[in-house]
Amino acid sequence: MAFISGNESRNLRRRHQKARVFARFCALVTWSGVLLLGVLLYDVAIEGFAWLDWQFISSFPSRFPERAGIKSAVVGTLYLISLVAVISVPVGVSTALYLEEFVSPKSRLGKFIEVNIANLAGVPSIVYGILGLAIFVRYMNLDRSLISGALTMSLLILPVIVIASREAIKAVPMSIRYAALSLGATRWQTTWAHVLPASFPGIMTGVILALSRAIGETAPLIMIGALTFVAFLPAGPMDQFTALPIQIYNWVSRPQEEFHQLAAAAIIVLLGVLLLMNATAIIIRNRTERRMK
Amino acid sequence: MSLSLSPQGIESKDKRNTEVVIDLRSVSILYSDNAAVKQVSCHILRHRITAIIGPSGCGKSTLLRSLNRMNDFVPEVSMQGEILFGGQNLYGRGVDPVEVRRRIGMVFQKPNPFPKSIYQNIAWGPRINSYSGSMDELVERSLKQAALWDEVKDRLHESALNLSGGQQQRLCIARALAMEPEVLLMDEPCSALDPISTARIEDLLFELKSRYTIVIVTHNMQQAARISDFTAFMEMGNLIEFGDTDQIFTRPGKKRTEEYVTGRFG
Repeated sequence: MAFISGNESRNLRRRHQKARVFARFCALVTWSGVLLLGVLLYDVAIEGFAWLDWQFISSFPSRFPERAGIKSAVVGTLYLISLVAVISVPVGVSTALYLEEFVSPKSRLGKFIEVNIANLAGVPSIVYGILGLAIFVRYMNLDRSLISGALTMSLLILPVIVIASREAIKAVPMSIRYAALSLGATRWQTTWAHVLPASFPGIMTGVILALSRAIGETAPLIMIGALTFVAFLPAGPMDQFTALPIQIYNWVSRPQEEFHQLAAAAIIVLLGVLLLMNATAIIIRNRTERRMK
Repeated sequence: MSLSLSPQGIESKDKRNTEVVIDLRSVSILYSDNAAVKQVSCHILRHRITAIIGPSGCGKSTLLRSLNRMNDFVPEVSMQGEILFGGQNLYGRGVDPVEVRRRIGMVFQKPNPFPKSIYQNIAWGPRINSYSGSMDELVERSLKQAALWDEVKDRLHESALNLSGGQQQRLCIARALAMEPEVLLMDEPCSALDPISTARIEDLLFELKSRYTIVIVTHNMQQAARISDFTAFMEMGNLIEFGDTDQIFTRPGKKRTEEYVTGRFG
């Protein structure tokens, strides 16, 4: 005995078919992205791998390719990104907490800030560079220092951190807040002890994405005048600096083939640093997530 | 229309202890322009269980939440009338809602333990309110009062989320009790639980009655009849009848009450 009539089964078969076609389409799109990235990595690896050794990492740049290295660029990037994290994470997360927990959803001020942040997320990075040049380098007289670069970069990624953090905070169930508030907790106590820890993994994800963007940004740093040839290490935030993307940009624009290969090697290092950073952040995130359960 | 009903039959039942803890005086609660609660007046008596019953959407939860100012967090809610707690208007000037919630505890419909250890769930409230005694003792005492101690004493530092639904709800009751509230508000505390867990919580309420004043919202009429001393019947925001539970269920004074408690609607 058939469960369904012939007519219905034909209809069902067509629906299953549609589902299969759609699944295959999604798989194709996913793998084409991965493939493209693979080709890119392969290309870079072939070109730069031969140059990648300890000498390359531990030397200052030089006009002789075989003596050139990325010491100042790696240190500059690490220094820069740490400063960016220290500046942008507290400001971004606080902004998100304020907008989610303390401003009434109907308030005009909240709406105004919200629209502006959403718009800022779409502003090209070069514009932030110009802003940084005008405000930090010139007006505040911070010169072409690490701190100027970090402040500019922080401005650039703040909207991303704010938006991602708000989503994470929004995802914390209201029942947790009510539980805390009904015990005679203030808004701040509720936020600090329950909302923030519960949204921490989500906030971390946003921070990882934002910092990953900052580590690869070149345009704003060129704009504020990060140096392309630095044969010293920055000792403090007021020192001049270079960063990996700047070094790569510099080498790529030289005519000699060897420098192009050096650029490829520097790209591998940049990707490595990025991977290391993300892995650390993901481990921290998973630890806290597990503790919540 | 102003309904002012005082509980009947109190004197005959118990003359020693009829102190009014909460006195509602023509309380109206509006969601923007819709009145969810209309001119309700009644008393909550000390060390008694008062049940609020009525069909869905009758305003019983809204009324309950107004008793510890949890409605403050719902946008566009406004309130008229007075709720006197120990003679002081809860909505008066200079009243700190945080202090109100510390003294009037609440248990919610769905168990909502913090995603932390069992111990932390109990200890957090007293800690932020700078409790100075022994925290271990307080945790033990609260869990014992909520009849949960024997089940969890060996795993106090495990996550509260590993407990069953019924255990979680008793943990939430223990958490509220740890604050030693003067009144405990319960918003359909058994609606997400199975019959066995429900029975355990009802037994628990009987025991707590000697020390706490309890107001419970329930859509379960049998539950109201079993556990409460006084029952308030609400419909469409109006308090239709308020009185001794026995009387409400056996000799209701209003036709609508009779129809509801006999299951003809709702």
